[in-house]
Amino acid sequence: MKDCITTILYNRQMAPGYYCMGLAAPGYPQLARPGQFVMLRVNQSYDPLLRRPFGIFRTGTEGLSHPEMGPQDYMEVVYKVVGRGTRLMSHLVAGDEVGLLGPLGQGFCISPDAGGAMRDAVLVGGGIGVVPLFMLAQQLVQRGVKVHLLLGGRNCGDILALAEFERLGVKTSIATDDGTLGEKCFVTQLLKDALQEFSGVQVFACGPTPMLQAVQQICVAVDVELQVSLEAMMACGVGACLGCVVKGRNHKEQRPEYLCTCKQGPVFDARELAWTQEAQAPVSVPGEDRL
Amino acid sequence: MNSLSTAPKLEVEIAGLRLKNPVMPASGTFGYGEEFSPYLDLEQLGAIVTKGISLAPKAGNPMPRLAETPAGMLNAIGLQNVGIEAFCSQKVEFLKNISTPVIVNFFGNTLEEYIEVARRLNEVERVNAVELNISCPNVKAGGIVFGTDPVTAARVVSAVRREVQVPLIVKLSPNVTDIRVMARAVEDAGADAISCINTLTGMAVDLERRCPKLANVTGGLSGPAIKPVALRMVHQVVSSVSIPVIGIGGIMCAEDALEFLLVGARAVQVGTANLVSPSAMADIIVGIEAFLAQRGIENINAWIGSLK
Repeated sequence: MKDCITTILYNRQMAPGYYCMGLAAPGYPQLARPGQFVMLRVNQSYDPLLRRPFGIFRTGTEGLSHPEMGPQDYMEVVYKVVGRGTRLMSHLVAGDEVGLLGPLGQGFCISPDAGGAMRDAVLVGGGIGVVPLFMLAQQLVQRGVKVHLLLGGRNCGDILALAEFERLGVKTSIATDDGTLGEKCFVTQLLKDALQEFSGVQVFACGPTPMLQAVQQICVAVDVELQVSLEAMMACGVGACLGCVVKGRNHKEQRPEYLCTCKQGPVFDARELAWTQEAQAPVSVPGEDRL
Repeated sequence: MNSLSTAPKLEVEIAGLRLKNPVMPASGTFGYGEEFSPYLDLEQLGAIVTKGISLAPKAGNPMPRLAETPAGMLNAIGLQNVGIEAFCSQKVEFLKNISTPVIVNFFGNTLEEYIEVARRLNEVERVNAVELNISCPNVKAGGIVFGTDPVTAARVVSAVRREVQVPLIVKLSPNVTDIRVMARAVEDAGADAISCINTLTGMAVDLERRCPKLANVTGGLSGPAIKPVALRMVHQVVSSVSIPVIGIGGIMCAEDALEFLLVGARAVQVGTANLVSPSAMADIIVGIEAFLAQRGIENINAWIGSLK
């Protein structure tokens, strides 16, 4: 399944301004890897024109409302209403149709270290950036990896999917800017603390650009491996339009090394990217819509 | 008219190049072909048109490069491409496995660069035609766009003409006072065909941040929003030259393509629609066939230019 029209199974509000949309998605439980995304076209009109990229939150198979049809594969996206596209999307209901292109891009790389051991994993999510971390946590837990989840947001309303992570048995620490949930600090402070507490870990992060830059600096300073999931404004999602590129480590104006967030990403080993304070290109957050 | 029992013939010819149907991608929306092969059978297409190639690799513009606008989008990618050398050594190989004609779009920042790229492309066997992008600033002439001055445009076209044996298609910019003047100038300079229109220069701003939405400030507007302008210009160009014209501009569906063909375009290029739906061109080809069949039109050439 690459490009198809599919049906919305449900579209529920998770928290004020945040929604979870379930879509019929045959094959996705086998196909979709943690960190991959889909492009959704939520209406058939030309305005808004472009699809929107959304990180895959979860996949599964369920007996749902029509048992005679047998088990049904589904996929969930979690999104924040920030623009016209996501506002239109929030009004859709079960039974409505959407265009679904995916699963797309390179997801997180889950591999044992040279000695064959799986190191502890620290997952860092900023706001809606938690979305691609859930499937990652699921797979890490399945492999017996100890997972520490660090979530940050402006306030308690930005902290999503806590119950889902708790059900996995993942230990979660929370930071909010206003202290309405967890500690009153940035999530990057929690990361500094965690890296002091645990040694030999690997870090996986998704969130706004300033957060990712801070996470990268923290990890580089203590020589910890980091994978980041980037977000960018996209038109095609398949590596053709070059609208979502980021600078690679060896990028030079004369010898350009641009990487497509959609195709070579959205997950990158932090060492593949050029980290300048000039900000990597990501301008939106998963499920956000600033076009 | 009765509907047909056999499928209508969709084959068209552009400057000696025979296409199995009149549908091809617009340069810059289809990568080098390979990117779309998981979503679309490239053998179905009338032709493949590559991303614009320059002499040296080009980094392109800073981000953000895209902005969505009502029924359209602005892009300022900045012609990012791998350069002629990497194109020949890395991208041509994939195209050798496909029988669909390949049209390579190219550009330069100076007349000498245009000539050099044309010379190199002429040596590549897999290149069936070239499409000359003249919507670029002339670095040596203070950044004046080649394609907005008929004398400069003619000079580029005649210089490139001397370098290539394959059909030479010249892609016109709509950002001119009278596109007919440009069309006649490039025809007289030796163009075998014209494709039009390129994107319309536009701008979008962010009210909250009080800044342009594109890092480049301006960008090229494409999508359904520009279709009526494109259709008008294609109609004007068809009426002022005798070489074939390829219509471009906001084609999203078969009906849009049929409109361009009706006003006299011999073929069409599909751009933004590929970005919205990677299989858009396949649907357009099927739609054109069905439309003609329902109206009993046996050959697409009977539809082309049949505007009353």
